[in-house]
Amino acid sequence: MSEKTWKEVPMGGLILEAGNAAEYLTGDWRTERPIFHEDKCKQCLFCWICCPDTSMIIKDKKVIGIDYDYCKGCGICMEVCPFDAIEMVQEGGDE
Amino acid sequence: MKMVLSGNEAAAYASMIARAEVIPAYPITPQTKIVEKIADLIADGKFNTQFIKMESEHSAMAAAISASLVGARTFTATSSQGLLLMHEMLHWASGSRTPVVMVNINRAIAPPWNVWADQSDSIAQRDTGWIQFYCESCQEVMDTTIQLYKICEDNDVLLPAMLSEDAFYLSHTSEPVDMPDQDAVDTFLGKFDPPYKLDVENPHSFGSLSMPHQWYMEFRYKIALAMEEARKKIVEVDREYGKIFGRSYGGMLDLYRCDDADIVLVAAGSMSSTIRVVVDELRENGAKVGFARLRVFRPFPAEEFRSLAAKVGTICVLDRSFCFGYEGAFFTEIKAALYGIDNPPLVRGYVIGIGGRDVTRNSLINIINDSNNPEIKGPVDTWVDLKRC
Repeated sequence: MSEKTWKEVPMGGLILEAGNAAEYLTGDWRTERPIFHEDKCKQCLFCWICCPDTSMIIKDKKVIGIDYDYCKGCGICMEVCPFDAIEMVQEGGDE
Repeated sequence: MKMVLSGNEAAAYASMIARAEVIPAYPITPQTKIVEKIADLIADGKFNTQFIKMESEHSAMAAAISASLVGARTFTATSSQGLLLMHEMLHWASGSRTPVVMVNINRAIAPPWNVWADQSDSIAQRDTGWIQFYCESCQEVMDTTIQLYKICEDNDVLLPAMLSEDAFYLSHTSEPVDMPDQDAVDTFLGKFDPPYKLDVENPHSFGSLSMPHQWYMEFRYKIALAMEEARKKIVEVDREYGKIFGRSYGGMLDLYRCDDADIVLVAAGSMSSTIRVVVDELRENGAKVGFARLRVFRPFPAEEFRSLAAKVGTICVLDRSFCFGYEGAFFTEIKAALYGIDNPPLVRGYVIGIGGRDVTRNSLINIINDSNNPEIKGPVDTWVDLKRC
């Protein structure tokens, strides 16, 4: 979406279609990025329960990764993880 | 139809003949008669419009913007302190690209209280993204109000416009005014049909948020482009109006006896008529004096001033306002427009008529004599008719 030029965007800050909040990726608010270390994870799902943005990706009742489109980098997952399976790194730096 | 109308009555009739559909307004001296006259026209069954009595000018402009977003042709009027209270909403009107048309009566700003002619109120709104016109006669108030709907509602423009008329000199002075024929105005203006409007059948979001990395800057760029479009449209509409209704006003910059002039006076508003009389008188005596009436302040007629400057020796700029800490706004902007041209004329600034002080024949003769003074080298602002010790 952000690649549109001044020619393509409608005037006056208009949003032409209804129900487009889902298209807005709040992940780009993030300044710190959580990194998930699967080898340390015991699948207690504390992170999944506590994530305010439902950004822990679950498959077959197991955490398999983080949805960076919506994760705002609050670090709650890292804080609640009893096994240090989540690490926070500076956004834009090396993972 | 010929009538005897004040500038305020002309504005009220113009909103009727242009078929303004929504008029939110709040009364203030010396604009009150516009609101009263519109109320009269509605009560007499002559004007079918939605008139909304507002609790403040800020709310009046908010209502005007909302009405315009629905797709209604909108009119309002204010003055001085009322215009200042609207300031926030003025930005909102241009930002949301609503072609609201407003008549502003140029009145001094308090303190001390002063309800007389002074253009500081509209000059203070220079950067709000509004098209700005200054009128010379009640007839021009009528004709320009109609023209403004044609300019602003153009899909390449879609910006609000304010028309300013000087307090009392125009707002309360009656003169014969011709109101154009309703059918001709209907044909000339057509219906207001914006590309996007508030419509439950086809919903859009208005007044949304735009992040720094998104398009806020692009939206502002589009307003800048729309102002450039308005520049062309203003000249075009004035010419077309002249063909149909027999009256036009020189587009952006109204030139009077400038062709072979050595000295040209520049001013806006009601003092223009006095200046024309003085120019005629001096011309009779052989002086090569002309007058350029600043009809449009935004967009600024920079190109027009550059053409004029190529032909004249001295430009005397008369400001009925003052930007404290620098100089009169017209003076500043005209000099900026002439930056870098070959053989620029001498440009002199005069602050005059502040707080409604009369601009007389003698004031103007003194200015012309002063500009001839070889002692004066650079541009300086001179306060005319100041009580000096």
